[in-house]
Amino acid sequence: MKDVQYLVLRKDNLSSFIAHLSKDQKVMAPVSKGYGNYAFEEVTSAEQVALKYIPTILPPKKFFMPQRETLIEYNLQSGLEVNAVLEHEKMTLFGVHTCDLAGIQCLNMVFSERPKDYNYLLRKRGISIIGLECNEYCDEYASCNIVNSNMPNGGYDLFFTDLGDCFVVHVNTQVGDEMVERTKMFEKPSRTHFDAFMALREAKSKIFKNEIPIEPRDIPELFDRSFDSEVWKELEQKCLSCGNCTNVCPTCYCFDLLDEMNLDLNSGRKFRKWDSCQLEPFAKVAGGENFRKSRAARQRHRYYRKFEYPVAKYSRFFCTGCGRCSRACMADIKLKDTLNALIKERMNKLWIKWL
Amino acid sequence: MDKMVIKESRYISKKAKILRSVRMTSNEMLFEITLEGGESLDHEPGQFVMASIYGVGEVPVSICSSPTARNSFDLCVRAVGKVTHALHKLEPGDMIGIRGPYGKGFPIRILEGNDLLIVAGGLGVAPLRSLINYVLDNRRDFGKVHILLGCKSPKDMLFINELDSWNERMDVHYECTVDRAEPDWAGNVGVITTLIPGVDLEPERTFAVVVGPPVMYKFVIKELLGKNIPERQILVSFERHMKCGMGKCGRCQIQSVYCCQDGPVFNYEQIKHMSEAF
Repeated sequence: MKDVQYLVLRKDNLSSFIAHLSKDQKVMAPVSKGYGNYAFEEVTSAEQVALKYIPTILPPKKFFMPQRETLIEYNLQSGLEVNAVLEHEKMTLFGVHTCDLAGIQCLNMVFSERPKDYNYLLRKRGISIIGLECNEYCDEYASCNIVNSNMPNGGYDLFFTDLGDCFVVHVNTQVGDEMVERTKMFEKPSRTHFDAFMALREAKSKIFKNEIPIEPRDIPELFDRSFDSEVWKELEQKCLSCGNCTNVCPTCYCFDLLDEMNLDLNSGRKFRKWDSCQLEPFAKVAGGENFRKSRAARQRHRYYRKFEYPVAKYSRFFCTGCGRCSRACMADIKLKDTLNALIKERMNKLWIKWL
Repeated sequence: MDKMVIKESRYISKKAKILRSVRMTSNEMLFEITLEGGESLDHEPGQFVMASIYGVGEVPVSICSSPTARNSFDLCVRAVGKVTHALHKLEPGDMIGIRGPYGKGFPIRILEGNDLLIVAGGLGVAPLRSLINYVLDNRRDFGKVHILLGCKSPKDMLFINELDSWNERMDVHYECTVDRAEPDWAGNVGVITTLIPGVDLEPERTFAVVVGPPVMYKFVIKELLGKNIPERQILVSFERHMKCGMGKCGRCQIQSVYCCQDGPVFNYEQIKHMSEAF
């Protein structure tokens, strides 16, 4: 095993690094879209990349699980020919924050659980990931500390930490090492680099604190006792059931499966597209019943799918603290407010019990 | 974007041919279907398949025949939406796609040796028919068998010929009731719960299997608990609009469980605290 875990890339080399990578595959990176919005888009040089950015409008899940994806193609002539297909593209994601790395890890767990989803798993093989550390909070919506996603926890090939005039780079995988070898722009770190790196991590531990007054381990219990909470009824008064929160969520993966014929009416396809548990007909059945008829029940379902159900199944939260749901909500429903309200309600109940 | 054909996909359907279609009521049709090459579907009673009409869409349908019939299987389909209306227009010889079987069916191994109280409401008789016919084909493996059936009116009754044969068998206790009678109806009138008090059963060795519309469960389960049948011996099967059948798409989720993988058959103890279940 080679003993090269950490390397250094000078910032003035970043442009040629990205140019080099983009020679044989697409490089997707955060790009400024104006008005404080960012999006992962194809780049060919470092000038296009927003190194300091708040979470993009859509998370990188759009590359792993496209908004619309053909699964099956068929031709009704020639005795019904049916093929399963995979739409894929080799690419490198550059500048993925730790919250989004956590989101990709969540999706990996879901789609590799049996029965496996090979469309996801085969596409994932062609995507390399370069992470980028957040040195401070992106904005007031983030809650990454409470879900432990403000520090790197794997899920990347290379991980960049910005030290001003250079990046300290953690080489995590063989794929990452090959990028280093191929581009030949990385240097060995000096003592000064390590000191600066350690100082940054030290400073971060002072900046990032639990955003909500609760210990992470107590969150599942809070949800155990909050199913009939008044908080969901309060959300019902605000929620417009637009589905923005689930579309922008890095760990929401619900989908619809649909058929579509070509104009020749002989050939067609089955495709999946993103769906949302927040939309009114989502839990409706043929008999006419809707098992999550109220907006309160649908909002509750969204929160339970982040903080309760996956904890039992996958031993982790499916909230990455990225804050996208709060930023995208037209009705000003904020994740931190909701959790705070649940905690407050619970404390009040406890006090009443004591008194 | 590149595209390639993959072998591993779980979304590909098997080609299947409609052998026979029978109109049962104004709203429901029965289809007998065989997989290409005579391959057995190899299902458990209570499981479901995803039935696909290419160009229209895919729907989950419970299998209503017993696996003891091995060369073909039956689907009972009510015309409700786009796909089921299109299905009703198909004729023998037409090809459809079948994925599955999916889900956990009725736990046959556990039911064997015990008495069965089967309670079917409306379209609930469809998935239960797979169990009933399995039990009748293996009759000596089970104890007493009670079948209680309820539907809105006599003209809504499904599988009429088979109901008569169940009624005539000496090794089955069969009763049925309708919510609203018509002039020529000589049988029971009233909701299905009215049939339960009259059943002579030993609760400790009885498994109740209940399938019907959501509103029925609450009242039937209350009666069954009143008869002292233990919670884990009350089995139910839920209707949800599955899209993938593989625990991913989220459509059939009932709180922490996925109906398509963890169900659709559950025992009452598993789901009694889940308000989204009923």
